[in-house]
Amino acid sequence: MAAGAHTGRVDMAGALRSAGFTGVVAFGLFLPLIAFKTDVDGSNQLVLTTRWPLFLALVAVCSASRFFYALLVGPWLARRALRPARPRPAWRNTIANWLVPCGIGFLVLYPAIVFFTAGFSGGQKWIDNLGVQILIYVMLGWGLNIVVGLAGLLDLGYVAFYAVGAYSYALLAKTFGLSFWLLLPLAGILSSFWGVLLGFPVLRLRGDYLAIVTLAFGEIIRLILINWVALTNGYAGIISIPRPTFFGIPFTAGDDGFAAVFGLPFSPLYRITFLYYLILALALITCFVTVRLRRLPIGRAWEALREDEIACRSLGINTTNTKLTAFALGAMFAGFAGSFFAAREAFISPESFTFIESATILSIVVLGGMGSQIGVVIAAIVMIGGTELLRELDFLKDVFGPTFDPTQYRMLLFGFALVAIMIWRPRGLIATREPSVFLKERKTISAEMVKEGRG
Amino acid sequence: MEYFVQQLINGITLGSIYGLIAIGYTMVFGIIGMVNFAHGDVFMVSAFIALIAYLIVTAWLGIASVALDLIAVLIVAMAFTSLVNWVIERVAYRPLRGSFRLAPLISAIGMSIFLSNFVQVSQGPRNKSIPPMVQGEFVLSKTHDFPVTLSYKQLIIWGITALLLLAFWYLVAKTSLGRAQRACEQDRKMAALLGVDVDRTISMTFVIAAALAAVAGTMYLMYYGVVTFSDGFVPGVKAFTAAVLGGIGSLPGAVVGGILIGLIETFWSAYFSIDYKDVAAFSVLAITLIFLPQGLFGRPDVEKV
Amino acid sequence: MAADDTVLRVEHLTMRFGGLVAINDLSFEVERGTITALIGPNGAGKTTVFNCITGFYKPTEGRIALHRGDATVWHALDALTDSGKRGIVRPDGALFLLERMPDHLVAQQARVARTFQNIRLFPGMTVLENLLVAQHNALMVASGYTLLGVLGFPSYAAAERAALDKARGWLDRFGLLARADDPAGDLPYGAQRRLEVVRAMCTEPVLLCLDEPAAGLNPRESAELNDLLLGIRDDHSLSILLIEHDMSVVMGISDSVVVLDYGVKIADGTPETVRNDQKVIAAYLGVADEDVAKVEAAVGL
Repeated sequence: MAAGAHTGRVDMAGALRSAGFTGVVAFGLFLPLIAFKTDVDGSNQLVLTTRWPLFLALVAVCSASRFFYALLVGPWLARRALRPARPRPAWRNTIANWLVPCGIGFLVLYPAIVFFTAGFSGGQKWIDNLGVQILIYVMLGWGLNIVVGLAGLLDLGYVAFYAVGAYSYALLAKTFGLSFWLLLPLAGILSSFWGVLLGFPVLRLRGDYLAIVTLAFGEIIRLILINWVALTNGYAGIISIPRPTFFGIPFTAGDDGFAAVFGLPFSPLYRITFLYYLILALALITCFVTVRLRRLPIGRAWEALREDEIACRSLGINTTNTKLTAFALGAMFAGFAGSFFAAREAFISPESFTFIESATILSIVVLGGMGSQIGVVIAAIVMIGGTELLRELDFLKDVFGPTFDPTQYRMLLFGFALVAIMIWRPRGLIATREPSVFLKERKTISAEMVKEGRG
Repeated sequence: MEYFVQQLINGITLGSIYGLIAIGYTMVFGIIGMVNFAHGDVFMVSAFIALIAYLIVTAWLGIASVALDLIAVLIVAMAFTSLVNWVIERVAYRPLRGSFRLAPLISAIGMSIFLSNFVQVSQGPRNKSIPPMVQGEFVLSKTHDFPVTLSYKQLIIWGITALLLLAFWYLVAKTSLGRAQRACEQDRKMAALLGVDVDRTISMTFVIAAALAAVAGTMYLMYYGVVTFSDGFVPGVKAFTAAVLGGIGSLPGAVVGGILIGLIETFWSAYFSIDYKDVAAFSVLAITLIFLPQGLFGRPDVEKV
Repeated sequence: MAADDTVLRVEHLTMRFGGLVAINDLSFEVERGTITALIGPNGAGKTTVFNCITGFYKPTEGRIALHRGDATVWHALDALTDSGKRGIVRPDGALFLLERMPDHLVAQQARVARTFQNIRLFPGMTVLENLLVAQHNALMVASGYTLLGVLGFPSYAAAERAALDKARGWLDRFGLLARADDPAGDLPYGAQRRLEVVRAMCTEPVLLCLDEPAAGLNPRESAELNDLLLGIRDDHSLSILLIEHDMSVVMGISDSVVVLDYGVKIADGTPETVRNDQKVIAAYLGVADEDVAKVEAAVGL
């Protein structure tokens, strides 16, 4: 570490030294996999090609950024740390108070805003790819927040319940022709049943062990979906799943379709807008129920469980039931989201329910700040919206050439962002806790007090 | 019977590879109490480094001696993978030490996603296959129609695994580094007060873990002759299963667990269903954690009131 | 049969961990509305006794019976033991065999509350929330097992108000009312100790087990705590079992004392008799029995 970082003075020699060291490390790091590339040639043989310019450029970039960090950013951070903390300005409280109503208002008006700014045909992707996509993850994040954020139980297999919901809807709708509105609650119930079933054996486990077992369960369910071809059609997935209807009126081009019934010209936009409001409603219900539960004995018991399980038991709380309700409720919301997902896509396959999905949802919860509802929204917008926006960066083709495809780097950047955000804010964006009840004054509880749970 | 013996040989070979990876999980868990989620991907990266080193020594330098090739590839893979893991610990885990417990786990998951996608982007998504490095086999018995064979490459894997375990055991049991490591496992703060350089010890743990993973990666490449960017996750989980089965924190446990997992997987595929072989591995993981969380060689975890 | 006023009967309690015998054939009784102190040198097995009574450990052998209500319920003890049931509840009282009950039922049904040697509050929740968690089971019923609560039924709102009033009353009595909205982890050490007692009291216990309540308190705080404990004993005819090292607390407030050494009871009785017991002095001063007189003379007893 450069001496300048501690004193806040500019230390050129130290910066050069650390830049040189970083350069050497980057040289070694990138030498095998960047400088050399393996390609399959015409005769199906592996051949090596080299990419020295790219390699040297990367090493130079690493070294230069370290140099500037040591020279400028490090001392600046050190100076900032020495400055006394300023009290929270009043305008930030005002913003915080208005954030929720304004946010909900924006979400309700979002389709109108999009149509107004991007036009009817251009707006479609903004609603479907961005709006609906983010809201699905917001809903999943809120659902998992019950398990991880409130009850402190680390679940790495949450996507399994999402899959149960999706496959329940797909199979029951295709086999029995039942409607979406009947199957939505049914899928939720089936998922929560699986939540209890999988939750029961793992209740004794704590910490990372619980995480790993839930991961194993998630993978087992996915592998069964792949291999039980007779039921699930394996890798190929289930196609032409019935779409949801507008209280019985389908969104089709026919005479009994939504457009014809209301005397409008046919357009897929009605369906997309309808789906947007559907997932918005489902997500808001999830949020409403969670916020409500936090103020009920069960919610307080979850948080108490996260704080100290043994103390809970000494107060007569049945921790088994308390944990199982958390699992069941979290799974139920995932089941709702899953059946929505299947209805929206009209196609599902095990590929949509990989471990990466669980990791994404968990990271949204942790990045948002465990237990914080607003944090989940912000984290979902940043992580999902951010990576979705990569599709829009066509101008990069002008910089890096026409073969450059920014979407290729989506997961690479996602992984990098996870590490970076954790180092920047290990406790997430909103780490403070709002008490569920107060006598005189609602005081926000600082992150250092709040426990993270052992399970 | 012949079929059984053949599966036994195959299972032990596979298990040796898992065991080498499992030691990495167990060591890192022992010293900083975290499941290093990215370790499976470090193994995958090492297989790619080995692949590139192999192409350089054979196609470019034209070294024909198989033994020389193998030694060169092994050394290159170990050296560069160690560097990779050293940087990972430095960048992604060290700043989070002693912080919120979930933070390092999320960071490790992020690192795992980053590594597999880094290899996908830099080396392409296709399977990379090479012609067999080592050919030939001993025929152990040839009764009936089913010959039992022990190929040279299996023999090499057994030999190198045994040799490295011996060296590794010496390192942990007899050197000051090993002593520092065991001290940090017991009580990091106390070890630091007694003059153990904790940061350096943890760094060295990651380096050793990576070197062993690199051996596993090289063996994997030599054994199967094919590797792809997504090859980190499933072997990683299986090796973790091995570490848990043997009792996390226990080094001999990791090796025994690895061989057990290798055998379970091989026999399951041979006698039941190859489609469900990963289900078997994950089930073993879940069952072990639920019913035998301390593993075969681990210390039981007593709840303190 | 036990005396009329007995709340807790511990009989032939033995707890082994592998080869280690933590408690060996321990028997004692706790009378209603009294404070019984459990004392002994470090490692004597005091906390293990607590863990057996509160259901955190399953004793290897022995019977732990807890009673409330009419004394005639005690007559059912042997029948209950033979029946294999956990307890009996009659309109006039109840009797429980604690060694058969899991920890949360000991608290919920038998109404035994406890505190911990190393304070176990919910540090990230406010003082008030800590006390509402303590009333979990009553509130859970009032919220219709969450269902009515989610739908916003007024009956739950009324129950919550009552719970808040109860919490407020206890906080006022223990001088914590001003800190009600602060996180429990923010309180000074002495206040955390008191809050743990308050939280236990919010479960409306029949028997309160306090594990070193005065540990880490200064003499003034310790004296205040004495008064508070005597107060709740008298006002609620509550029985208190406490582990304590501070002899001023033990001698000052306890009605009877049980002395443990190496898991064996070496004395019990009033503070006065125990104080003069040769074995107790030997155990505390760590000398052979025949040297006790010499040591006593030396320390001026």
